[in-house]
Formats: sequence, structure tokens, C-alpha cells
Amino acid sequence: MSILVQNVSKSFGDFAALHDVSVEIPSGSLTALLGPSGGGKSTLLRVIAGLEQPDTGRVEIEGVEATALPPQRRGVGFVFQHYAAFKHMTVERNVAFGLSIRHKPKEEIRQRVQELLELVHLEQFAHRYPSQLSGGQRQRMALARALAVEPKVLLLDEPFGALDAQVRKELRAWLRRLHDQVHVTTVFVTHDQEEAMEVADEIVVMAGGEVKQIGSPDELYERPASEFVMSFLGPVTKIGGELVRPHDVEILTAGTAGARPALISRVTRLGFEVRVDLEVEGEPAWAQVTRGTADHLGLKSGDRVWVLPHKVRTSVAASVGETPPAS
Amino acid sequence: MSGAVAGSARGRRALGVVTAAVLVVVYVPLAVVVINSFNRSRTFGWPPAGFTLSWWARAWHSTGARSALATSVEAGLGATAVALLLGTMAAFAVSRYRFFGRETVSFLVLLPIALPGIVTGIALNNAFRVLGLPFGLLTIIIGHATFCIVLVYNNALARLRRLGGSLEEASMDLGAGVLQTFRFVTFPQLRSALLAGGLLDFALSFDEIIVTTFTAAPGVQTLPLWIFGNLFRPNQAPVVNVVAAALIVLSVVPVWLAQRVAGDAGGGRF
Repeated sequence: MSILVQNVSKSFGDFAALHDVSVEIPSGSLTALLGPSGGGKSTLLRVIAGLEQPDTGRVEIEGVEATALPPQRRGVGFVFQHYAAFKHMTVERNVAFGLSIRHKPKEEIRQRVQELLELVHLEQFAHRYPSQLSGGQRQRMALARALAVEPKVLLLDEPFGALDAQVRKELRAWLRRLHDQVHVTTVFVTHDQEEAMEVADEIVVMAGGEVKQIGSPDELYERPASEFVMSFLGPVTKIGGELVRPHDVEILTAGTAGARPALISRVTRLGFEVRVDLEVEGEPAWAQVTRGTADHLGLKSGDRVWVLPHKVRTSVAASVGETPPAS
Repeated sequence: MSGAVAGSARGRRALGVVTAAVLVVVYVPLAVVVINSFNRSRTFGWPPAGFTLSWWARAWHSTGARSALATSVEAGLGATAVALLLGTMAAFAVSRYRFFGRETVSFLVLLPIALPGIVTGIALNNAFRVLGLPFGLLTIIIGHATFCIVLVYNNALARLRRLGGSLEEASMDLGAGVLQTFRFVTFPQLRSALLAGGLLDFALSFDEIIVTTFTAAPGVQTLPLWIFGNLFRPNQAPVVNVVAAALIVLSVVPVWLAQRVAGDAGGGRF
């Protein structure tokens, strides 16, 4: 294990940010801490980095007891949401900071900085100041700066949170490729389930200061441990009191075993996908079908049809925090 | 529409007149002082009787004025240095640490500049007597520092709050210790705020007269005290006038610098 967090709790005044959190993060993986804001994910990341001291519990990094170590001696690289760029230094000196502090030879620093700037595609910006860079460029600089000291673990706190949607998408894909190149154990915090699903090997879902479930994006999507995880990871609708993904609702023109009668209240065409709003036993619900299916069945509002939900979540499977991480 | 335009044009003209009047009231007396320093008439008759540089020459050779100037500069530098040190430290403590009574510190630091100078003066005078501290340059510096700290403190605190803690965290995460972080990361970002605060402090100390009256010794005079003492001696009046004219020119420099520094710091970030 690269990072081991055991029974960590942390309170700020009356607010319990983390409650008995245990997480294991395998070496070389790319893990997302996902959850709503105030769920404790940033606090957990800061505890791992040593920027917060846990009230109870322990942290181990690469097999070394780290709970009492200051951030300087943990071998972690931290990337902040708002870049934390040193504005009075050029890009080059920002990236070189950790190496200069360690009094590395000038030539070695120059070479390493050059390599890193190439890695993050900022080589032509070496002599600019952070104020002359765009948000995405600043964040790439911050990443290069964190990687310069060859951390055992890279931690990113909502790294794309301050960027606009387009740049965020580009950087996401870029982070994934970068990780495949560098292989450093990476943990990033996000509240965007799409970002987590797209980038991470493994997702730790957190809410209310607790770990709700740990697993691969597929596992979480297909076998959510709770209604909370299910609704946080994708769209859901309720049919007969059970949660179901709208694309797992089959629409039939004739009754069959398990099917319920429904009234179509509206059909919305969104390109390939068609959203069908329904009334099932007096309750609103919706289904997501392809354009082909909708055309084939000739669905239109006012039609009386039958709905058959598949893969309904009937009971809470594994309990909270006990699902072992896939590695 | 045309009425609104006419109204706003009239309003603008009225504002212009008021602004001009205020500027005249403030700057004409200053101009008179400067002109009179070259006035041949000893009693400053108007219009000036003729041009002379003799008052400037006399002021230059006046040992009283020179030693008072030296004392003022020393007191200003001393008070500014003390204020920079204590003000920065207090701002750091308040912005970066949580401790009992943190909210009260800002109030306590601010209070001396709001207190009437005469109250501060009497209080310090009594305190120095009780402590047995001999009156002189040191007591003047302490007196001035009490109200100078707040300018550095406020400037530094505002800057530290705006910077946030993540720069320092990033620095420490990259391996820098507390002192290295201060030297390479925090101080460079704080420098312009400290410079602005320091320049204002120097200016504030330089023309202070009330607190100084209560903390100076008979032999140790600052320039304002010297001016005040010589103002009504007919023989010295022209020299006092020259000193005042010189001070007008000199005070423009730090204020202009402070404004420039503060302006630079405001722009060009984020």
C-alpha cells in the first residue's frame, strides 16, 4: 500500500470533518476522493499531506509511519485548487523551488526543470510570471512544481475546480495521460462524479465525514452500496419505491410479469437520447431510451404503456467503508 | 434627456468649482510659505519686497535646526523600525494562528492612534517617570512607536489575509522550513505592504508634536518642537519659514512613494 489511513477523525470546533475514516490506496494508482462539498474529502487529503493534524488515527506513507511527520518530510507533492503560485517568481523558479531549497547543483536543477516544463508543455513560458499565464497553465506549472521533488505521492485538491468547463475537460484527459507516463501514486479530490469516473482507477466516495464506498468506477456505478452512492454517481428515478437508473427502465407496449402500467407525460428528444417522463401509479418517474427504441415503439405523450425496471437496488449490499479496494 | 445632460453638466461644473476651492485653501498657504522663504522682508510684507537666499543660508547654518532635524530623522527611523518589527509579528500572529484573545489584539493595536495625543503623552510621561527611564531619544521613539505600529499591522494583515495560507503550505510541502518559507515566499509578497506602512509611519512620526512634547527632554528636540519654540521669536521667524518650506518639499517624497508602492501592489496580481 502506498497510503494507509486508519481510523482518522478530525474536528474543527463543533464540526466533525472526518469521522473514523480508514482508506488504503495502492501504489501507482490514480484515486479520486469524490463527494459533496463539506463531505471531508479535502480534509482527508490535507491530513495525508500533513497540513492538518488528525485528532485520532494514523497515517502511513509507503510503509513509513507519517502521523507525526511535518509536511516537509512526508515526500508528498500537493497541488492546490487556486494554484498557490509564487507570484514573484518566474515559472522556471517556481518549478525549481523545491530543488533550490534542497541545494541541488545548478546544472541538475536546470535540467530537471527543463524536463518538467516539457512534460507539462510549458517550456516556452519558462521566463514568464504566473500572472502572465492562463488558469490551466498555472495549474500545470503547480503540478510540475509538485513533481519536481519526486514525491512518493501526489495529492491534488480540486485541481480543476477553478477552471472553466472546456479547460477542465482537457486537463482531465491530460492528467490521466500524465499519470500513465509518470506512475506516481496520485489522489485527487473532486465533487464532479463525471470527472472521477473519467480519470480515476478507483473512487472513494465520501459524505458527512465518512467513507461511503470504495471501488472502481464500474463497481460503484453497477453495485452501489447505498442509495446515496447510487444517486451521487449517476441519474436515478424511483419506480414502485425502488431506485433505478433511468436507462434500466424498459418501456413495453404490452403487460408482462413485473411490469407496471404507466402514462407518458412528455417525450423529450436530446439527440441520440430520448427522455421519457412518466407517471407510474400516480408518482412521477422517467426513463432514458435511445432514439431508435422511441421511434420503434412510437412513444408520444398521453400514451399508456408498461414499464419494467431492471437492476433495481433492493437492499444495501456491503456496509459502509468495508468494501475492499480493488488493486 | 437634454435637461438631464444640462443638469449633469451644471453639476460637474459645480463640483469642479468646489474641488478648485478646496485645493486653493489647502495649497495657497503652502505656496505662500515657500514664496516667503525667498522674501527679502523680515516681516513677510506682501507683495514680497525682493528675492533673497539669505534666509536659506541662515537656516542651513542654524545648529538648532540641524540638530532638531537629526533628532527627528533618528526618531522617525527608530519608531518605524520598531513598528515594522512589532506590527509584522502581530499581523502574523493574528492571521496565521488561533489563540485566546486574538480578536482583542486588533482593537488594542488600533486604539493608540485613535486616542487623543495628549492622553497618550501624559500616560507615557507618567509611565517613564515611574519606570525611571530618562527622557530623550529613546522615550520619543517608544512614544511614536505606540501609534505607528497600527499602520504596519493593518497593511501587513490585509496583505496576509489576501494571500491566504496556501502559499506557505505549498512552500512547506516542497520542503522549505518556517524561516525559508518566510524569506523566500512570504516576505517578498509582503514587502510592498511593509514599505507603504513604513513610509507612512516615518511621515507620521516626523511631524508629531503632542506626544513628543511629553516624551522629549529639554536638550533633545525634534524639528516640530524646534519650530514651535522658535515660531514667535521675531529674529528666528524667517529661518522657521525656510525650514517649513524645506519640509513641504521633503514630505512630498515619502507620500508619493507610499502611494506608488501601494498602487503597484494592487495591480497585476491574479
